[in-house]
Amino acid sequence: MLKKPNYFNEMGSGNAIRPPYEGLGAWAAEMPEEFRNTKQSEAEALFRRIGITFAVYGEGGDPDRLIPFDMFPRIFAAQEWRKLERGVKQRAKALNAFLMDVYGRGEIVKAGIIPGRLVYQNEAYEKAVVGIKPPRGVYSHIVGIDLVRTGPDEFFVLEDNCRTPSGVSYMLENREIMMRMFPQLFRENRIAPVESYPAQLRRTLASVAPAKCDGEPTVAILTPGHFNSAYYEHSFLADMMGVALVEGQDLFVKGDFCYMRTTEGPKKVDVIYRRIDDAYIDPLCFRPESMLGVPGLMNVYRSGGVAIASAPGAGVADDKAIYTFVPEMIRFYLGEEPILNNVPTWQCGKKDELKYVLENLGELVVKEVHGSGGYGMLVGPRSTKEQIEVFRLKIEDNPGNYIAQPTLALSTCPTFVEEGIAPRHVDLRPYCLVGENIELVPGGLTRVALTDGSLVVNSSQGGGVKDTWVLAE
Amino acid sequence: MRLQVNHRTSYRFDPPKRGVAQSLRLWPSLFDGQKILDWNVDIEGAVRGASFRDGAGDLIETATFLGSVENVVVEVSGTVETTDLSGVLRGHSEKVPPLAYVRRGPFTHASPAIRDLAEAAVKDAGSPIAEAHALATAVGEAIAYVPGETDERTTAAEALEAGRGVCQDHAHALVAAAISLEIPARYVTGYLHAVGAIAEASHAWAELYVRDLGWVGFDASNRVCPDERYIRLGSGFDAIDAAPIRGVSQGSGAEALSVDVTIIDAGQQ
Repeated sequence: MLKKPNYFNEMGSGNAIRPPYEGLGAWAAEMPEEFRNTKQSEAEALFRRIGITFAVYGEGGDPDRLIPFDMFPRIFAAQEWRKLERGVKQRAKALNAFLMDVYGRGEIVKAGIIPGRLVYQNEAYEKAVVGIKPPRGVYSHIVGIDLVRTGPDEFFVLEDNCRTPSGVSYMLENREIMMRMFPQLFRENRIAPVESYPAQLRRTLASVAPAKCDGEPTVAILTPGHFNSAYYEHSFLADMMGVALVEGQDLFVKGDFCYMRTTEGPKKVDVIYRRIDDAYIDPLCFRPESMLGVPGLMNVYRSGGVAIASAPGAGVADDKAIYTFVPEMIRFYLGEEPILNNVPTWQCGKKDELKYVLENLGELVVKEVHGSGGYGMLVGPRSTKEQIEVFRLKIEDNPGNYIAQPTLALSTCPTFVEEGIAPRHVDLRPYCLVGENIELVPGGLTRVALTDGSLVVNSSQGGGVKDTWVLAE
Repeated sequence: MRLQVNHRTSYRFDPPKRGVAQSLRLWPSLFDGQKILDWNVDIEGAVRGASFRDGAGDLIETATFLGSVENVVVEVSGTVETTDLSGVLRGHSEKVPPLAYVRRGPFTHASPAIRDLAEAAVKDAGSPIAEAHALATAVGEAIAYVPGETDERTTAAEALEAGRGVCQDHAHALVAAAISLEIPARYVTGYLHAVGAIAEASHAWAELYVRDLGWVGFDASNRVCPDERYIRLGSGFDAIDAAPIRGVSQGSGAEALSVDVTIIDAGQQ
């Protein structure tokens, strides 16, 4: 499968090495095997030491296992990145405009562009925040956009993540470790820095402090606690930003505001970067049995006493059924043509589209509308007949719960494997920050499917990560 | 009608709690059928704040008690001038799209029995308003008003299966039945001047969204649309979401609740 010529190899091959990768080929090829093994163990030891591990639910095994790190960087030329940057920012802007609209006047529904039932009957649509205007009109402050590449100029958006996209700590740690292990690479190549991300995130969060906040806003990260699979990232970001990491029990509501308990007494919190799902954030508004949240927080939020990032209700914008309409959103709210393409998507909830999907299961990728992490999906070309038939029954049982997309020819990037260096499929998640400004650090998280021929890059399904370089002009 | 309300809710905690937080939805709705003459909500010892009007038009306020809490007493008193609008919520300002209510919740999940009841009820109805009346009548007939048979955790499906319940069960069942037909419906709380009517003075009913009329109330317990004997407070997906007082407390221990509501017709005095 790998040998098929139809996969775009980002490095090129033979005499046709693409410019961003010039130099890296020799670096990798000339690396003595022993040195490479030493470096690989060194990288693992570093990751282990800093404690960056990833717990995977429902897979058993070692909950503290490392995500495999591949030392071969993924590289973008400056002009390639410029286009991506414009496309990602455009998308983040449109998604926020959509959220303001559907919790406000609902113009896009009234105009007949998106059916009301897809928006208002969506599980992620929060009645509780209808009519609320969050500071600066931003609902989704950190937008993670999952991109794949199929050719020199062809990029597709696989999905949007408007709630609390995880993985940015890998972007930062991968860079840190590469710089420590291969300092000469960073002298020889002009690689745009990503280290400013925590400062930019903090600035973004501070910029959405509510009007009632006078003075320097206090920012805190709200985590469900150390049992959460992304807890490392929560504490890492809190450290890097120099803000408090709190759990629900550390916060309380009094009068018009929310406070955190500190050794010096209660301190008012102005902006909460929450890494807890909507349903658990406040037992007085959502799930009454939740022990993770802060009783009364939603009332303080809705009366303008605190900002919450992402804002409750932001999830309706990254739903897979809404995804289909993002290009239309860009035209409707921004009056622009989309810079990044959507992957063509079939809604199994529609009769004629369902028929097509069921007839072509062997060719398609089928996903649950609310699924994530690569769970509960079918990759037709890589599944057995039995797996396809089992999935067919699931779709027929609840068609509205599934969407299908063509199996994309994901680009490959050279990767260190047992036998040496071989192409492996990659994707990219850049993290766009939306506050007073819209910002994107030059880089992101590159995930790589380490199994030969695999197109599933999720860390929960055997994926690894790479450092992502954007070369300066 | 000029209705005078006294509504006292008291909680006693033994052992005392380490903190209590409440979200209050205790103010009469603003619409053509209700005019508030005076209204007070008193809670001794509470820190009050974070007040706003939500997208459904309800006034919400927050009350918290920090430190050791043995007692919480919420005292509501006031007078409202009411007019009979045959259940129509005319002149009510709200922003939530009706479709947002067409959603299965833990209490309003439609069992096959609820679905069957709903489909049979509307079969010959002919118009949206006739459908809504038919649903309310069917629910009222299927669930007899019998206090003490269900509790606050009973779902619509369970109440219909038991064939017995109180106003909360009627309201949940009517919402579930309507939603099973994709008719927007919601749970409403308020008061009822209950001379000759069944159900408590602290009452609940349902509202269905009817084309051309908007939201219309249906009290399946009393088989009427809310009239001048009713005071509307607020709405939600179900009894928990619409609760006039929604609270959580910290610490283990028993909670004793007592509620005392009197509604009198002040015009008669």
